[in-house]
Amino acid sequence: MSTLTLPTVDEEIWRYSRIGELDLDGFRPGKVGSKVECSDEAKKIVASTTVVAPRSATDIFEDLNLRHAQLTALCTARNQIVSEPVVITHELIESGVVAYPRLVIDAAENSEITVVERFVSRAEVKSLVVPVVDVRAAQSARVTYVAINELGADTWQIGYQRAVGGRDSSMKLFTVALGGDYARMRAEVRLEGQGANAQQVALYFADDEQMHDFRTLQDHAAPRTHSDLLFKGAVKDTAKSVYTGLIRIRENATKSEAFQTNRNLTLSDGAWAESVPNLEIETNDVKCSHASTVGPIDEEQRFYLESRGIRPEIAERLVVLGFFGEVIDRLPTFPAVAELRDQVSRKLLGARS
Amino acid sequence: MTTLEIRNLAVKVGDKQILDDVSLKISSGEVHAVMGPNGAGKSTLSAALMGKPGYTITSGSVLLDGVDVLSMPTWQRAVAGLHLVMQYPTEVHGVRLHEAMSAALDSRKQDTDDLGGQILSEARRINFPADLVDRALNVDFSGGEKKRNETVQLAVLRPKIAILDELDSGLDIDALRDCAQRIEDATREMNLGVLVITHYSRLFEQLKPDSVHILTNGRIVKSAGPELAAQLEVTGYAAFNG
Repeated sequence: MSTLTLPTVDEEIWRYSRIGELDLDGFRPGKVGSKVECSDEAKKIVASTTVVAPRSATDIFEDLNLRHAQLTALCTARNQIVSEPVVITHELIESGVVAYPRLVIDAAENSEITVVERFVSRAEVKSLVVPVVDVRAAQSARVTYVAINELGADTWQIGYQRAVGGRDSSMKLFTVALGGDYARMRAEVRLEGQGANAQQVALYFADDEQMHDFRTLQDHAAPRTHSDLLFKGAVKDTAKSVYTGLIRIRENATKSEAFQTNRNLTLSDGAWAESVPNLEIETNDVKCSHASTVGPIDEEQRFYLESRGIRPEIAERLVVLGFFGEVIDRLPTFPAVAELRDQVSRKLLGARS
Repeated sequence: MTTLEIRNLAVKVGDKQILDDVSLKISSGEVHAVMGPNGAGKSTLSAALMGKPGYTITSGSVLLDGVDVLSMPTWQRAVAGLHLVMQYPTEVHGVRLHEAMSAALDSRKQDTDDLGGQILSEARRINFPADLVDRALNVDFSGGEKKRNETVQLAVLRPKIAILDELDSGLDIDALRDCAQRIEDATREMNLGVLVITHYSRLFEQLKPDSVHILTNGRIVKSAGPELAAQLEVTGYAAFNG
């Protein structure tokens, strides 16, 4: 158990969230069923016993994860290039449980690895998953990480991603969220080494009564660091989404560049999306920008397609798929991603994912 | 043989009456030019015919082969055979020409087996670069590229009646010639009827009007043969303000 208490929506980082609905004591400790698919070469670097460097927990959920973690660790050797992606699938099978999967990606100097982590559950599974991911990219290491939430409509997720980039490292962190009842992800990137580079890209699409909740941080703690964030979401029916993001440029992070874009489509009158970008810049000589939009499908685009004789529902689907195209095109290519467009398409047509 | 008949059309935008009493009849193979100064209501006419949101029909009717067009949603007007070439074609991010045309042909229950080849041959015919065919619709296109793209769509969709809203605006001479010539050819090859809405007569070198109508202050004030366009070049619109 944790000595910490549950947060409330009075805390800024939990504002707009559904934390007030959570009865944590109502869940018994449980496990996810995990499957790792990778090449024989990659199998050698997968471990479940690696000693994880301790880190401080920001709240009760991270604290509980540290205590109960089901660990998967991927530690590359110097200069090692893992050519095939490592695909990890966690499935919540039982109802009424809370599970704490933990993934550590530790990329040694000048190594390269791609990891895909999928979270799945069947529609009727009423459980909570609290995943924590730690990514460490040492000097000149290149890490691509893709999180895919395909949870059932009754499953909750309260997740944490923390990525730390060393000198001249490059991290690409993708999140795709289609599932879950209330699905939250706090995604933080810290650029510690000069010249470190991070991309954070997300696609989220909630329908029915789902809620997706993202809190991002781009923390620049070294000179000439570069971060680029693109989060695009859509809400349909009475679904909700929240995005709040902070760019922090510390005093020593001169000549850094940070970009943050969050765009949201509201596809129904009853749907709701909130977008709150923030900047905290402690030095001059940096380049920063943020942009955020929330609104319905552009009427001009809809009219243009309909004036070609395209049915309204198809026109809407084309516009939404086009909206997400910018994100889908940036995702690495592998089978689970190839199906994404179809999944979004089915969801637009009203079929439950 | 198809006829588009506009009878005593009156249109409001917001509280403002833009078109008062417009009547026109366009049949297959014919080219009718509606010419007028800025603010005469030219673009309102094209938007109202296609059912653009924000344009309220206050009286009159529009019939395509006797069938009421104004009661149809926009997409059905297109399927029925009307096609609008827009003055400022909208950028549609992430949607490619092939996808849009495929969806448009689906609603017409036409097969799309040879769509790719058709698009490429129409693109070649009007010098629309093949690499632009694979880009998102109108995104980062020049004015000329947008109008060539519009013209490719018209040729692929083979409407009965085309409405060209200021085809010549934002367009270089070469693109104008290619697009206007393609549409002139379509009047013969596919018996296309054309309503060309324009301020200037420069596109008539390729696309030859059978009739010219002058629209000022929301009304057609004069209709005559192509000689009227030549007369306008001399007198300007001021002579027709009535």
